[in-house]
Amino acid sequence: MSKSGINWYKYAAPVNFYPLAGKMLPWFTGLTIALFIAGLYLSFFVAPVDFQQGHSYRIIFIHVPAAWMGMFLYVLLAIYAGLGWAFNARLGSMMATAIAPTGAIFTFISLVTGSLWGKPAWGVYWVWDARMTSTLILMFLYIGFISLQSSIEDTRRADRAGAVLALVGVINVPIIYFSVQWWNTLHQGATIRIANKPTMAPTMLAAMLVLLAACWIYSIAVVLARVRCIIKERESEAPWLAESVASA
Amino acid sequence: MTSPSMFSMFRCLIWRDLLLAWRRRTDVLATMFFFIIVVSLFPLGIGPEPQLLRTIAPGVVWVAALLASMLALGRVFGNDYEDGTLEQLLLTPQPLYLVVLAKVLAQWLVSEVPLVAIAPLLGLQFGLSQNTLWVMTISLLLGTPVLSLIGSIGAALTLGLRAASVLVALLVLPLYIPVLIFGAGAIESSVAGNEAQPYLFLLGATLVLALAFAPWATSAALRISLE
Repeated sequence: MSKSGINWYKYAAPVNFYPLAGKMLPWFTGLTIALFIAGLYLSFFVAPVDFQQGHSYRIIFIHVPAAWMGMFLYVLLAIYAGLGWAFNARLGSMMATAIAPTGAIFTFISLVTGSLWGKPAWGVYWVWDARMTSTLILMFLYIGFISLQSSIEDTRRADRAGAVLALVGVINVPIIYFSVQWWNTLHQGATIRIANKPTMAPTMLAAMLVLLAACWIYSIAVVLARVRCIIKERESEAPWLAESVASA
Repeated sequence: MTSPSMFSMFRCLIWRDLLLAWRRRTDVLATMFFFIIVVSLFPLGIGPEPQLLRTIAPGVVWVAALLASMLALGRVFGNDYEDGTLEQLLLTPQPLYLVVLAKVLAQWLVSEVPLVAIAPLLGLQFGLSQNTLWVMTISLLLGTPVLSLIGSIGAALTLGLRAASVLVALLVLPLYIPVLIFGAGAIESSVAGNEAQPYLFLLGATLVLALAFAPWATSAALRISLE
């Protein structure tokens, strides 16, 4: 049987992934900037004024993408950490360590923008409803993951311990997502469903999706940059690294 | 010669842990006294108004139970880790799941059951009715094993680390939050005169889930920490 095409598994080795990430990085950075400019323009100048909330609703264009990215990045972190643990693949665990700070930042942004929006829209900065509480728990889970990994000196033990913690915590993400269906809460229900027509104005939806894409590409770019730093740290004694740093 | 059965290993391990805890009674009693003191501090700080005390009682009792059970977590694996017994336990032919379950059960019997026993007396301090005291006892009886089980995951992950007790708190408290919500919610609904059953059923469900999955996660974490 002949093997044709790209051997993807070769990129599971840090030595091969490092230059690949280096080549992908400028493209993703440029795409991030373009999408952010487009998205912010759409959200500030094209999307119409809301008849109930006026201009203050525009914070949704940051709040919702940040919340989605926070949840999605946690699942991704758990998957990478699980792969790194199951297949004993260092790069998987390095990716998980690289994703954690970005996910934590997005979750923090969603909590802060949510409470800033809550004041004009609901009258309070914080209510302990199901979605807010479970997002707060997600924030704590990120912080727990980061502090567990940073307090274990042996990197392989840190990787595996983080994997156990991430996988135990991943149950929280479906709870956040379905919390507005399962409990009667102040948070509104899901406006964007895959099957039904969305109930938002098309320009608002477009602005939100463009900013979501921007946040997603930003996450990819920043995770690639961070994982390159992590590879440099961890593989600092490898000869290939010394050569590539010397030639760079 | 056949190796011992799983049941005899289980019994033997529980008996050993109970015996060791008996020889260090002060550790055990310290947890219970911590619980009593924390619960008693709140009325002193907030004021003795009866309606207010009845409102805060569910949360106060449950948060104190959470903190007390977190204090007790170091003892699940800590002592055995330090003298090398834990390494030997990892080498037994019996499943590690059962070893973990036995140790967690012994720790629950020693640290949490006194809390469950003393909680109704503390509930009297807050002026709760008899029905509410009953709900409080059942919610703690269902909830404290979950706290021990989930806490054992955190304890296994942080074995031998420097700032282990603070780190365990950071790891384990987010996972405790659902138990807190259901447990305190059960007592609250009883104080308000409603049925506490939905919350108690949810607590039972979390107990079953924790019994099924937590020892498995803990044994994975033990192998990671002890390689």
